Amino acid sequence: MTTPLLPREHYLNVRYGIKSWLLTKDHKRIALLYLITVTGFFFLGGAFAVLIRLELATPAGDLLSSDTYNKMFTMHGVIMVFFFLIPSIPAILGNFLVPMMIGARDLAFPRINLLSWYIYILGGTFTLWAVIVGGVDTGWTFYTPYSTAASNTNVVATGLGVFITGFSSILTGLNFIVTIHRMRAPGLTWFRLPLFIWAHYATSLIQVLGTPVIAITVLLVALERTFHIGIFDPALGGDPVLFQHLFWFYSHPAVYIMILPAMGVVSEVVACFSRKNVFGYSFVAFSSLAIAVFGFLVWAHHMFVAGISVYAAMVFSFLSFAVAIPSAVKVFNWTATLYRGAIWWQAPLLFVFGFIGLFTIGGLTGLFLASLGLDVHVHDTYFVVAHFHYIMVGGAIMGYMAGLHFWWPKMFGRMYPEPWAKFAALVVFVGFNLTFLPQFILGYMGMPRRYHAYPEEFQVLNVMSSAGATILGVGYLIPMIYFIWSLRYGRAAGPNPWGATGLEWTTQSPPLTENFPVTPVVTEGAYEYSKREMRVV
Amino acid sequence: MSDGIAAHAPLHEHAHHPALQHQFNTMEQQQETVTLGMWLFLITEIMFFGGLFMAYLLYRVWYPEAWAEGSVELDVVLGGLNTVVLIGSSLTMALAVRSAQVGAPRATVGWLGITMALGATFLVVKGFEYAHKFQAHHVPGPDFVFEGPHARQVQIFLSLYFAMTGLHALHMVIGIGLLSVIAWMAHRRRFTPEWYSPVEMSGLYWHFVDIVWIFLFPLLYLVDRAHHFV
Repeated sequence: MTTPLLPREHYLNVRYGIKSWLLTKDHKRIALLYLITVTGFFFLGGAFAVLIRLELATPAGDLLSSDTYNKMFTMHGVIMVFFFLIPSIPAILGNFLVPMMIGARDLAFPRINLLSWYIYILGGTFTLWAVIVGGVDTGWTFYTPYSTAASNTNVVATGLGVFITGFSSILTGLNFIVTIHRMRAPGLTWFRLPLFIWAHYATSLIQVLGTPVIAITVLLVALERTFHIGIFDPALGGDPVLFQHLFWFYSHPAVYIMILPAMGVVSEVVACFSRKNVFGYSFVAFSSLAIAVFGFLVWAHHMFVAGISVYAAMVFSFLSFAVAIPSAVKVFNWTATLYRGAIWWQAPLLFVFGFIGLFTIGGLTGLFLASLGLDVHVHDTYFVVAHFHYIMVGGAIMGYMAGLHFWWPKMFGRMYPEPWAKFAALVVFVGFNLTFLPQFILGYMGMPRRYHAYPEEFQVLNVMSSAGATILGVGYLIPMIYFIWSLRYGRAAGPNPWGATGLEWTTQSPPLTENFPVTPVVTEGAYEYSKREMRVV
Repeated sequence: MSDGIAAHAPLHEHAHHPALQHQFNTMEQQQETVTLGMWLFLITEIMFFGGLFMAYLLYRVWYPEAWAEGSVELDVVLGGLNTVVLIGSSLTMALAVRSAQVGAPRATVGWLGITMALGATFLVVKGFEYAHKFQAHHVPGPDFVFEGPHARQVQIFLSLYFAMTGLHALHMVIGIGLLSVIAWMAHRRRFTPEWYSPVEMSGLYWHFVDIVWIFLFPLLYLVDRAHHFV
């Protein structure tokens, strides 16, 4: 077999200079702009997590004052949710891959795509400014009346940051929906689309329909805080529970903005590394849409102890259980795809195995929390913290890592070092479980979230958690190092190092600015692995 | 099969229209894509205003008396005048789109000018209404004064009044800015019957802002009016 060489001309070397990046309309370059900035926010959010876990290594509140600690978990949450998790897969991998997977030259609106990155930067700047001038301590949920009447931290600046960034998310989602509808290559019917595209379509629906609601809600919080207009303030006749309804109307579906794209990645990777068609393709495709739709109908399960009526609580509890059905459809179908497949043990698949296991635990504990009786017991404890970290870190970030490894050769034309990547997958998996499994037990035993001190009997489990967080941090630093290393020293990948199906693998790596020399014509489904010969690199 | 695919067929077949962007194959595809994008954007706008309508609904059910008291404070004559002005502007906007469609640039500029003038009229009238509220200390906040049994609840009504009409007025300002760019482009003869989507898209936006007002006017100005006139 001949060693592949890098192509002579591609989107990275077609133009040089800072202007060619900051004014680019190429979706691939914009994806890289997002990659750099989102990674920056990831490590900043991670730094706050380090301080949280350091404080919790001992029962006494000795490292950080309770006020500082409140700011740490707030800024960890705000940055990780709004500036890392929500843009991570859609704005980086989605931006890069959606046009390539459907055989288009670019997204429908390239200028709006660039605008969305600048809006993200502006929102990020506001939030960073709020962090620098003293931070914010309301929790990422900005609950009223604390955020409007009591907190004396930078709620308005942070809220504006979230408000602005929301529009970047809206524009990305809008661009994807329109692109998927109107820009598909000849022959690429809806049921020939890769499941990554279906997942991004569902995600975009949530971004477009949900994000405006959080925008207006945060705006009302800012107005309430500045002018005391009474909308959310019970002292003035307002209703703080209305805030919670409006907040969770977006922020629960936002969880699916994080997890659905990761599910899209999993479908691609599972099919490729088991060399099989995805089992039950149309069920997996429609389950993405079902999750998006059900996701809008479950928000009040965050409010079971907020004084909502018991009948409303029962309905929301039932609907929350209903979300488990499409989620389980995905997990079972991935498993069935792997079953008797020709498994190829590569790093993307290892991350995906991590995803499937951890997401299943996160999802099942979500069912515990959706049960009315049990939720009252574990509400606002570490059980909840562990649950949503299994979804967001164990699920979304595992999927993000899998996708980054899978498409890295396509993005930069070079391979990452496989043994190191396998090692990193293992470190992340071990570190993650050591961090968050003890938190389930802590929560079940009654340790509340958001306190900087705790009774001594909780120390052993907390030390385990902090030790795990250290390992997890190392697990994220290793890929950072070898990815950068691979940009220069990685082996040239060639167009299709994995022998994968999918239009993005039919063109050179890194691709041309217009992606394909000639618009491809599609004649078969997305996962015709059975028709291909197995190829081992 | 969707028409998006048919529109893709033969690539780079003949000379490009100067307005055709590189990611599209045909003007029809570009036109359909832009229209879909605009409608989606308007849906996000509905959700954006929707949060406020939700709050309005809740408090109106909770505080019906305060809603009636607050609503009578609003100037129904000026509000009604503004409703007529805006509906008129939607007509002139539609005529501007029509002129662009048939390739009459001077008429396009003219209708756009009238539309902007009507929009500005609306904002001036709104400004008088706001000024009157400031003088009467009916602006929510520390200086709020209201005589009556439900002063606090009326404050919430007026908060929503200012939030909703303020946001609507902001959309009007953006709309006028948008139309001035479009009018300038029309003046430079940039639009042809083959390509006038910017005019059409601005029209969709303008009509949307108009429709928001059609909901705001009765919800804010006409609560329990009949009862109070008797």
